[in-house]
Amino acid sequence: MLRMMAPGVVWVAALLASMLSLGRMFSGDYLDGTLEQMLLSPQSLSLLVLGKALAHWLVTGVPLVLMAPVLGLQYNLPADALGVLTVSLLLGTPVLSLIGAIGAALTLGLRGGGVLVSLLVLPLYIPVLIFGAGAVEASAAGLGAGAHLSLLGAFLLVSLVLAPWAAAAALRISME
Amino acid sequence: MTINWFKYSSPASFYFLAGKMIPLFAVAAAVLLAVGLYISFFVAPTDATQGESYRIIFIHVPAAWMSMFLYVVMASWAGIGLAFNTRLSCMMATAIAPTGAMFTFIALWTGALWGKPTWGAWWVWDARLTSELILLFLYIGFMSLQAAIDDPRRADKAGAVLALVGVVNVPIIYFSVKWWNTLHQGASVSITQSPKMAATMLTGMLIMALACWMYSFAVILSRVRSIILERERHTQWVGELPELNKAGGVAQ
Repeated sequence: MLRMMAPGVVWVAALLASMLSLGRMFSGDYLDGTLEQMLLSPQSLSLLVLGKALAHWLVTGVPLVLMAPVLGLQYNLPADALGVLTVSLLLGTPVLSLIGAIGAALTLGLRGGGVLVSLLVLPLYIPVLIFGAGAVEASAAGLGAGAHLSLLGAFLLVSLVLAPWAAAAALRISME
Repeated sequence: MTINWFKYSSPASFYFLAGKMIPLFAVAAAVLLAVGLYISFFVAPTDATQGESYRIIFIHVPAAWMSMFLYVVMASWAGIGLAFNTRLSCMMATAIAPTGAMFTFIALWTGALWGKPTWGAWWVWDARLTSELILLFLYIGFMSLQAAIDDPRRADKAGAVLALVGVVNVPIIYFSVKWWNTLHQGASVSITQSPKMAATMLTGMLIMALACWMYSFAVILSRVRSIILERERHTQWVGELPELNKAGGVAQ
């Protein structure tokens, strides 16, 4: 029972950790005017957004990746499943931060932005959650986690290329 | 003779064009719906394995097609609006969203009603069903994002970015029955192969799909007319509209 629940519980924790802190990704900079300076700066805005998403991931994703083996032990996961859980989180949590950057940029400065950002990013988070938790289950069932992890890696690459760009466009719209 | 391609990209001229087209599409929708329903209930034979319960495909499949198709249309109008900064394309995207959400809801709900007798479950977390549910949330997210922003132009653009990001979901829905080994059956109708169903069933389904198209056109055009009126209420041409003055003058 504990073993079956473990990947889902840890992944939901990752999702909540990422989603609940999205509101703060840009709001501090927005309120004190730093964001306007960033928009005016000669560096490409996509690169700056990528930096913001990286910072968000370092705060919300990396601790969970580091803790995952310990959490998995508490759920009595076998050693190879622990490895798969950690790798799936390592590949998946950056995707959450990158997708979240789009939602955070779109809802910047809106009333009720906190609820809205959850509504916007949750549907896009679900596939990552499914494949992340699915990787551990597949490896526990003896099917091998390769396919799930490859898909997570593909999500990461696509979102790494497209998400900063979309979030930068959304920030420009929000700051007009 | 030179054709002005952009004549109907102005809300003022499109308002009248839409007003002329709505009755045509509405009549076509009613006729096709009547014929389609007649075929689906009385002409199409009973299915060999599923009995009468299969008849729900006559609304389920067209609704599912429309839900995906309308999302792509909405995202393309939104993209055009974002790229060329045209007002009417963004209004079209806004007008399409509620109809698309309605068809997604119908597809999910009729799917649940169909799943109960055939699979024995209202809902399973299958790839096709889950991605269609995500589509519903994308529509709702698009509408609530636009509703939360007061400035209509900013709402248009923010919604457009969201619609374009969400368009990745449509191919996932379409190919989900091929990519995953799902409980949901594979496509019975395809352009490249002959259909795997009786000809009358197929005719009924296609006529129902056409009826859904016509209905969508009529509803979306009348919704876009309302949006045009609401956004252009300060302009002179709206003030001079006979249908508004007849009722005793415009409020603005």
